[in-house]
Amino acid sequence: MFVRLSAAIAALSLLTGGALAQGAKPTDPQIAHIAYTAGVIDIGAAKQAIEKAGNKDVKAFAQDMVRDHEAVNKQALDLVKKLKVTPEDNDTSKALSKQATEKLAELAKLKGADYDKAYVANEVAYHKAVNGALETQLIPSASNAELKSLLQTGLKIFQGHQQHAEQVAAKLK
Amino acid sequence: MRSGRYMPVMAALLFGGIAVPAQAATIQIKIDNMVFEPTEVSAKVGDTIEWINKDVLAHTATARNGDFDVTTPPKKTVTSVLKKAGHVEYYCRFHPNMKAVLTIAP
Repeated sequence: MFVRLSAAIAALSLLTGGALAQGAKPTDPQIAHIAYTAGVIDIGAAKQAIEKAGNKDVKAFAQDMVRDHEAVNKQALDLVKKLKVTPEDNDTSKALSKQATEKLAELAKLKGADYDKAYVANEVAYHKAVNGALETQLIPSASNAELKSLLQTGLKIFQGHQQHAEQVAAKLK
Repeated sequence: MRSGRYMPVMAALLFGGIAVPAQAATIQIKIDNMVFEPTEVSAKVGDTIEWINKDVLAHTATARNGDFDVTTPPKKTVTSVLKKAGHVEYYCRFHPNMKAVLTIAP
């Protein structure tokens, strides 16, 4: 399980490792794309959880994730429109999406309490990875002040999600 | 006619004694950018809190001791009346990193 959980982390570590290691920091259009993609991924996972989860706290958590990430992504879209920035696809976004699709397929095979635990554990790991990437790479690399500020708010929100997920996970034990 | 004059006094004594001990205040607590502002508030039992949510996210103000649990939809203001005294730590259930304190005098 821990090997599988690390998929999202591996994709995000492309930011520090692989794709951007040659001293190239992500541009604002790339940052916007990565942040938006990260949100879409969590919405996809949450929608699956709303269908599959048996535990009511897990289901409620998934509903919170859909609501919050849709709200944040809407803000992100409004901002890029205002700034006339076109989000640009990139290797990090691609790796994130690919690994998220694999993770969804893997979770789809699980049932009942096994699914609930695996979903919540992945939410903890995923938010941790996204928050790490925001803190160490995306926020410091963002050059537009409004984009930076939105990412900083996003970080606070997702840190909240991580704590919320940790609490739900603790109750499942 | 004569007894009628005393009615308002009676009513004031009755209601004054039973329901409303002092003038209740309305206190605003803003929720902006994932923060309760002010973070520490002093109030009294009977006071109304106006929870002003400026965020695009839904939040809650949930007392750790279970005394209150208010949900504030995005960009909405919700009011609640303080019913119990105490030094109450509260947080947002959706974002447990949001924390604040309400000190409620009897």
